[in-house]
Amino acid sequence: MTESTMNPADATHRHVIPAGDWWVHEIKRGQTFRIHDLEGNQAADTLFYNAADPTDRYSADGTIQAQQALYLSTGTKLMSTEGNVLLEITADTCGRHDTLGGACSRESNTMRYAHDKECMHACRDSFIRGAQEWKVELTKRDIACNINFFMNVPVSPEGGLTFADGISAPGRYVEMVAAMDVVCLISNCPQLNNPCNGWNPTPVEVLIWD
Amino acid sequence: MKPILERTLSGAGMWSGIISRGKRLRLTDLEGGANVGMLLYNALERHERYNMPDTLKGQHIFYLRAPYCLHSDMGRLLASIVRDDCGWHDTVCGHSDAARVLAKYGEHNYQEARNEWYRNGRDCFLIELAKWGLGKKDLVPNLNWFSKVVADEAGKLSFVSGNSKAGDIVELRFEVDTLVVLNTCQHPFDPDPVYHPHPVKLEVLQGDNPATDDPSFAIRPENVRAWENNETYHSLRF
Repeated sequence: MTESTMNPADATHRHVIPAGDWWVHEIKRGQTFRIHDLEGNQAADTLFYNAADPTDRYSADGTIQAQQALYLSTGTKLMSTEGNVLLEITADTCGRHDTLGGACSRESNTMRYAHDKECMHACRDSFIRGAQEWKVELTKRDIACNINFFMNVPVSPEGGLTFADGISAPGRYVEMVAAMDVVCLISNCPQLNNPCNGWNPTPVEVLIWD
Repeated sequence: MKPILERTLSGAGMWSGIISRGKRLRLTDLEGGANVGMLLYNALERHERYNMPDTLKGQHIFYLRAPYCLHSDMGRLLASIVRDDCGWHDTVCGHSDAARVLAKYGEHNYQEARNEWYRNGRDCFLIELAKWGLGKKDLVPNLNWFSKVVADEAGKLSFVSGNSKAGDIVELRFEVDTLVVLNTCQHPFDPDPVYHPHPVKLEVLQGDNPATDDPSFAIRPENVRAWENNETYHSLRF
């Protein structure tokens, strides 16, 4: 747990992402970026791209490899596919974030839960729309394995993997400093079929400081 | 039965090809300690690709072994693991790149070393992907056959040496026509201080489409539903 010294009143950008909605925004090198879990237990599915080149994007395996560890917290460098540091986590009052579990999609919901779940809202749809709003030529190919801020996916030494109840709570946040100009794409997860957001998707707030 | 294709890849070799539904790919670790980095794509719709998160969370497992399946990002199965002698294969640690190989093993360039020069997993993937019209956008978390990496309670990862012995086999059955892209570069966490990628034998074998009670599907209800999605896909398409 690492508290931040940043004052929300001084933020140059503040926005509340409603439950189930998406948000795309550029974060400049040196700026501080916070995701704030307003009501607790919400999963913020997040992708980052090099602002100058969307093919240079967040790499879950690159991030796991660079720190030789699975969970994200203070000190974790978020790595890109080209081996660049996109951002570094500098404060975290939740303690652990996931980058193994990926995002829900309408298609994977049919596999994971039931064929009739295809109609339900899913993160990949939100990612696709957010990516298209940033650059029209972006497609599903540009959506890769993401970060799930505030989500708990424990792995046992025996190799078991579970989606545990969230370890976040109202008011918890994660904060990071951009090491280069990046574009952040968030799907504020609408998943209703597992405990990743307590079966009750809620809003998250994003803040940026110069 | 004689294999349709039989080929030995030297260490840090690469290969790509389309293998149709029902056929099998057998990988044999010839010396022990091999690593096969692999990416998979639907051969007809190459934007459909292997998906590490769906494979893991669909089967509640952190690693791969028989009789588990390899899931695509479209709610379907690309392949099933039908034989496996070593019991643990990594899919979260990615592949090596030029900077990592240089930092770990030093420089060993082509003019001095000719075909023994140091190659890396990322370059091998990008070279083979380009032959099929694919590229950097298509690099996603890959499979690392024969390599074992475990996590402790805090999530710290450790490479387990000796997981795969000489002669160990892993065999995949493809559930859709699949573009297979692979290389035999060392696992990024291989603690061997010497650049020493190991050779692997590839064999493609004739096979049959499975029944719904196949062990790979029966092990998880998620796999049954993914297989039903495959059946719908094939019914509509062919």
